[in-house]
Amino acid sequence: MSHHIIQVNNLKYSYPGGRQALNGVNFQILHGESVGIVGANGAGKSTLLMHLVGVLFPDEGEIAVGEVPVIKKTLPLIRQSVGMVFQDPDDQLFMTTVYDDVAFGPRNYKLPEEEVEKRVRSALETVGILHLMDRLSYKLSGGEKRAAAIATVLAMKPDILVMDEPSSSLDPKSRRRLISLLRCFTHTKIIASHDLDMVLELCERTIIIQDGKVIIDGPTGEILANEELMEKCGLEMPLCLQGCPVCGTKKAK
Amino acid sequence: MSNMMTSLYNIRILDELAEKRTVIHNIHPLMKVLTTCLYLIVIVSFNKYELSGLLPLVFYPIIVIALADLPLVPLLKRMLIVLPLIIGIGLFNPLFDRSPMVVLPWIQLSGGWISFLAILLKGVLTILAALVLIATTGMTRIAAVLGMLRVPRIFILQLLLTYRYISVLIEEVGRTVRAYALRSRREKGVSFSDWGSLTGHLLLRTMERAQRVYHSMCCRGFAGEYHAGNTSKIRIEDILYFTGWGLYFVLVRFFNIPTAIGSLITGVVK
Amino acid sequence: MHMADALISPVVGGAMWAVTAGVAAYSVKKVQNDLDEQKIPLMGVMGAFVFAAQMINFSIPATGSSGHLGGGLILAILLGPYAGFLTMASILTIQALFFADGGLLALGCNIFNLGFYSCFIAYPLIYKLIMRKGYSMGRIFTGAMLAAIIGLQLGAFSVVLETLFSGKTELPFSTFILLMQPIHLAIGVVEGLVTAAVIGFVWQARPEIIEKAALGEVLGRISIKKVLAGLAIVAMITGGIFSWFASANPDGLEWSMFNTSGKEELEAPGGIHQTLTAIQEKMAFLPDYSFKNQQETNTNAVETKGTWPAVDAGTSVSGLVGGVMTLMLAGMTGFCIYMIKRRHKISDV
Repeated sequence: MSHHIIQVNNLKYSYPGGRQALNGVNFQILHGESVGIVGANGAGKSTLLMHLVGVLFPDEGEIAVGEVPVIKKTLPLIRQSVGMVFQDPDDQLFMTTVYDDVAFGPRNYKLPEEEVEKRVRSALETVGILHLMDRLSYKLSGGEKRAAAIATVLAMKPDILVMDEPSSSLDPKSRRRLISLLRCFTHTKIIASHDLDMVLELCERTIIIQDGKVIIDGPTGEILANEELMEKCGLEMPLCLQGCPVCGTKKAK
Repeated sequence: MSNMMTSLYNIRILDELAEKRTVIHNIHPLMKVLTTCLYLIVIVSFNKYELSGLLPLVFYPIIVIALADLPLVPLLKRMLIVLPLIIGIGLFNPLFDRSPMVVLPWIQLSGGWISFLAILLKGVLTILAALVLIATTGMTRIAAVLGMLRVPRIFILQLLLTYRYISVLIEEVGRTVRAYALRSRREKGVSFSDWGSLTGHLLLRTMERAQRVYHSMCCRGFAGEYHAGNTSKIRIEDILYFTGWGLYFVLVRFFNIPTAIGSLITGVVK
Repeated sequence: MHMADALISPVVGGAMWAVTAGVAAYSVKKVQNDLDEQKIPLMGVMGAFVFAAQMINFSIPATGSSGHLGGGLILAILLGPYAGFLTMASILTIQALFFADGGLLALGCNIFNLGFYSCFIAYPLIYKLIMRKGYSMGRIFTGAMLAAIIGLQLGAFSVVLETLFSGKTELPFSTFILLMQPIHLAIGVVEGLVTAAVIGFVWQARPEIIEKAALGEVLGRISIKKVLAGLAIVAMITGGIFSWFASANPDGLEWSMFNTSGKEELEAPGGIHQTLTAIQEKMAFLPDYSFKNQQETNTNAVETKGTWPAVDAGTSVSGLVGGVMTLMLAGMTGFCIYMIKRRHKISDV
């Protein structure tokens, strides 16, 4: 069942100010893949993600999820199958309590309240914060907020998870917990991040974007280990592939 | 700067109190709101000279605070901040109304002082009533009550969003003001030349955030309508709570209990 | 200045609640018809912004003191009058609940005083009028300044009226006016300066934000707005007059008159209307200023023949004794509950 789940063709987009953010992006992502999207600041990662969930629409080119093109008319459908985790959980947790936040999506699809509760519970259980259900969102710690934000998306039962910088501003322990959590998801995952070590751990495939174009698309291990390429794209090899700062020996992965 | 931290702290502590589970917290929020409304209406309906009649209303906050396990200090602190405004206006009463009112064998108070004391007492009671309501109910359940009262959903959603982002934005504004203070000369506050740029930048950032919040709402199927969950059912206890207090308030309103007790005692003494 | 519960009468509080609820219901309808769902999160987040920005100290040149932002006018300029009014309403609601600023009964007054004038009078009739010929820094400055000052002057004036109609203070009208208006002139100047500075900055940085916000309004035809503003003023004045009547002669007739007029003003959809009628009904069986009638029903009082305020030692003594008793009893009740609860807790452990 290895059908094309996301198809991006010659995507072009420029912001109202005139800046060309995407300049002909092409790729396909298959069912169950997890793909890291990597690039320097301003390379166009976030803009690309916004197109995948239909927050922005391309000036040129098209996107299809499954067989469905991402256009205004299909948005309700698209948003049920593609879930997006935003970079700042404070933007995603806009309701007062964790429960209401996670229930917001299912309620918008007018599910009966029992089904909503079932989904909320199972989503919170998956991310391991069921005990925070009635907590006020603003009182959560950074790691808890991130988990809650992921739960809000899981409650929509998406096939594809799109994440923008999921590990940003997390302490090492919360980051580790997030990585193990994401690893056990069977969804198709698209992760845009500067945390290359995490990309290396989670994604078998990586796409590097620079100036709104795909520079390279291939196996993560090869790409991230290519020092010259990484340098050229304003990036740096993942720490775990770099030499040991004390003795200089290379770690074997 | 410090006032931002205080108000953040103030909201936080009331939210924490609202998470308790006591008899009062478990009363249906609608009944609590109605009781509070009735209480406030009864308080302000008292004539400006009716000091003694008001006194039995003291029972309500005392009993509710005790039953709900609320700490007194934060409530009183808040009151100390708000009361001076009321005192400021009320203090004119003794100034303008000098007709003698209470004549005891040893003391004579002008009507102005009586009405001032009544205003003061009303101030204390109304402030306590509002704080007690939020401290035992919390914003989420207040919003649910508004829903039950058929307040338009758009307003409720907007109210909840404002409430949710107060802490986020106070922190953001606080960071900006702190960064500003660290680089400005010793004067306190934001100097005139920077009013626009500092506040304007914050405003633009806020609008960007609103945009992101909107996007994240859209991604979860928001289409201009807000759907709240089911609200809990009203039990008999809840109705009893409301009617009990209601009857008491009405009784207090129509019978001056302290005068009755007092005349009973003075009668016995005689 | 926020009106406080302690200073208002139920009639004034109720009348202002009714008027405010009516304006709010109309605004909700307008915002809903706007079909710009993006505005809802914008309103929410902007409300929080104004809430936070109110705490910034703006130091005023050459005075050594500092001023604060109110925010009503900024909200009207950025969101339009309807959304601005609703946003101001939620800010004030949160302040009334969490900070006991103002109070819940006085909330209607406060929303009206701080929201209505800036959003429905100062913004459309002054600011918009000045911007009609296009935007410039000078016009933004003049417009924001005049609108803020006039909006706050009107608000202060209505605080004075509401307080006097409530009859809880002895402050004579002229003294109160002389006290309130100049203070609010100063507050208005600061508000105008901050608003002008912020709007001017945003206009230079992102002109489309300021111009687009106003654009939606122009299409909405000004005549309707004028009619609305006129209606609301009439509603306020009638509310005021009726409450004055009610406080002057508290017999049933005026009360029922007030009730019906309250209903007419309120063509709000369903919910608010019912709630307010419910509140009004409650007020109706608790008539204000009825102490004289009360003295008659109060059979327990000791020989109270003179009308209040009467100099009567007997009543005063028993009032004092009874009052002290009541307070002691209340204190003891609270203490007992605490003790019982504590014992329960200990035994639970």
